[in-house]
Amino acid sequence: MSALLGKLSWDALPYDPIVITTLCVVAVLGCVVAFLVIKNKLLGVLWNDWLTSVDHKKLGIMYIVLAFVMLLRGFADAIMMRLQLALATNGDPGYLPPSHYDQIFTAHGVIMIIFMAMPFMIGLMNIIVPLQIGARDVAFPFLNNLSFWLAVSGAVLINISLGLGEFAKTGWVAYPPLAGLQYSPGVGVDYYIWALQISGIGTTLTAVNFLATVFKMRTPGMKLMDMPIFTWTCTWANILIAASFPILTAVLAMLTLDRYLDFHFFTNDGGGNSMMYINLFWAWGHPEVYILVLPAFGIFSEIVSTFTGKRLFGYKSMVWATASISILGFIVWLHHFFTMGSSANVNAFFGIMTMIIAVPTGVKLFNWLFTMYRGRLRVTVPVLWTLGFMVTFTVGGMTGVLLAVPGADYVLHNSLFLIAHFHNTIIGGAVFGYLAGFTFWFPKAMGFHLNVKLGKAAFWCWLVGFFLAFMPLYVLGFLGMTRRLNHTDNPDWNIWLYIALVGAFVIMAGIICQLLQLYVSFRDRKQNLDTTGDPWNGHTLEWSTASPPQFYNFAELPVVSDIDAFTDMKEKGTAYVRKASYAPIHMPKNTKAGIIIGALITAFGFAMIWHIWWLAIVGLVGSIVTFIARAYTKDVDYYVQPDEIAQIENEHLDNVAKG
Amino acid sequence: MSDHSSEAHSHGSVKSYIIGFIWSVILTGIPFWMVMTEAFDKGPTYITIVVLAVIQIFVHLKYFLHLDFSEQGKLDTYSFIFSAVIIVMVVALSVWIIYASNAMMM
Repeated sequence: MSALLGKLSWDALPYDPIVITTLCVVAVLGCVVAFLVIKNKLLGVLWNDWLTSVDHKKLGIMYIVLAFVMLLRGFADAIMMRLQLALATNGDPGYLPPSHYDQIFTAHGVIMIIFMAMPFMIGLMNIIVPLQIGARDVAFPFLNNLSFWLAVSGAVLINISLGLGEFAKTGWVAYPPLAGLQYSPGVGVDYYIWALQISGIGTTLTAVNFLATVFKMRTPGMKLMDMPIFTWTCTWANILIAASFPILTAVLAMLTLDRYLDFHFFTNDGGGNSMMYINLFWAWGHPEVYILVLPAFGIFSEIVSTFTGKRLFGYKSMVWATASISILGFIVWLHHFFTMGSSANVNAFFGIMTMIIAVPTGVKLFNWLFTMYRGRLRVTVPVLWTLGFMVTFTVGGMTGVLLAVPGADYVLHNSLFLIAHFHNTIIGGAVFGYLAGFTFWFPKAMGFHLNVKLGKAAFWCWLVGFFLAFMPLYVLGFLGMTRRLNHTDNPDWNIWLYIALVGAFVIMAGIICQLLQLYVSFRDRKQNLDTTGDPWNGHTLEWSTASPPQFYNFAELPVVSDIDAFTDMKEKGTAYVRKASYAPIHMPKNTKAGIIIGALITAFGFAMIWHIWWLAIVGLVGSIVTFIARAYTKDVDYYVQPDEIAQIENEHLDNVAKG
Repeated sequence: MSDHSSEAHSHGSVKSYIIGFIWSVILTGIPFWMVMTEAFDKGPTYITIVVLAVIQIFVHLKYFLHLDFSEQGKLDTYSFIFSAVIIVMVVALSVWIIYASNAMMM
């Protein structure tokens, strides 16, 4: 080990042709993007208007870009796994050796949960929540920018692992003793630890930021029980983040100490207990899945209510159902390890708690149905996603209740039935929700509509592909196939593995449709502009702004007296009223500090992974110094002058009048 | 941007600190006296210590940490209750889980 480069040497470079090809493709794409940016002289725009921005709307868009990029990476992993399992039957070794295959299934899980679903959810929350509560930004705009760069930092580390060294071969849960130094001596688990640790801290900061925002910065007149339902579900998700992510931080820190400083938290020798890792991991991991799905429930509520043109049925019961799911979601984590062998009483308690969660979730489903009842549902793309969700998620929920029975779980644990179940709930629940929200709020964030035909095609491919890809896994689970197999030797399973592969390709067609949709919509944006800011006849305050919203959101903070604040304003005729004069608006200035700290923390994480101690010190100290320097900066804000506001507002109101 | 209107948190008065102090002294003095004089059996002594200790926690929260349900203090109180509940849930259930699984191993 050298002092300069730590464990890093030529051996860290990849030798696998698949990996080398991937890296070449990524390098070429990167060069093309860089070339286009420089050729169109966009570097300044990119830096000044985006990367250093503290505007919650721009940060939200960047989060969603990150989520899409990581979706492609995670999906590439998925289709490679399905292809391997379809080829490696009847004793054939397939094309992926176990050492590579194991990294792929670990990376797939980590990427899809931490670097696809979380940024997507946080991105939508960033764009919409401040607008829905009539705020001009979040409580701590710089912190918001820093959170984003910490998430990017984790994503960068996990992508570096593709080209330098290896990723963990432990599964996305990284249980010791397998994840301990003895059985995983390489850098794979260290990549896992630092990528999760850094992005996890960013997520915690986001939750704190948004909790402060909704508790302190609601527009005059908006009580907590007047908040739009999406904001409520995000708030519960943030409460769960604030409560559960510190557990992840702590358990990863303990695993770090085990691996770096020879501690014995999770090893048998020295008195540790690896069961405690499993316990703490899931004490975070289970709330995590509710963090993902609750905002999706909020999105569906907004969509159902908007497109039926009715008030949401049972607003209060929706808020309280979300609350009970959040609290119950915190006391069910043991169902991830019923087979650990705790006592029957423990298993019974957690099994019953798990089944009870189906009740508030059912309440939500019925609320959506009752909202639609006797409404005039406009079947748009967001509504299609919603209907697809209601069917798919119900199946996933029912298999979940089945798995909640400890006795049944002993049979189904670790089988493909479980894999089918959680993809059923995460894709059918969270991902469909984010894609629905993406289509729903796209005109708001970008100022033009998404192409409808390609949107519908994407939806149908996703839905059909999902059922083709995952229903066979339920069958395979019943046939006894366990998860994380590299190759199989049971002719009865083959047909189901082939069907699942076909399903994966259909989902791929759905993703391609979405990319095409983005391209076509951007190309034809001039014909599909949303000039009014209210394309769907929306109910809540985000639709009262222009599309894309004025950078200060609201020229004058709206005074609200109803849950559907914007509907109320439209009915009373107080929407779109021209003001004679405006007061100056206090706004935060953009800052380089976030991206600099993100870069330094990335260097720190990389150095810790490869034991390059000098660089670790430089990265950590550098980031702390940058943070302190930023804390002492006085020049952080400015005022938007009334003339400029009047000009922007009048332009918007003229557009509304024309539209 | 945020409206940083700071709220005037009550930091208590001399009177409230003295009331809290007197309560704490009484609630500490009784168990101390019970243990020192051995006036009662062990059972009742233990129960009294636990009960008075729990009461004293609330005295501290009210008089020294100023947690209350007033308009200003509400958020502090809620976040305190929330943290306490989460910690109790995670720690207590974890202890139960690991204790029960160790018991199964022996």
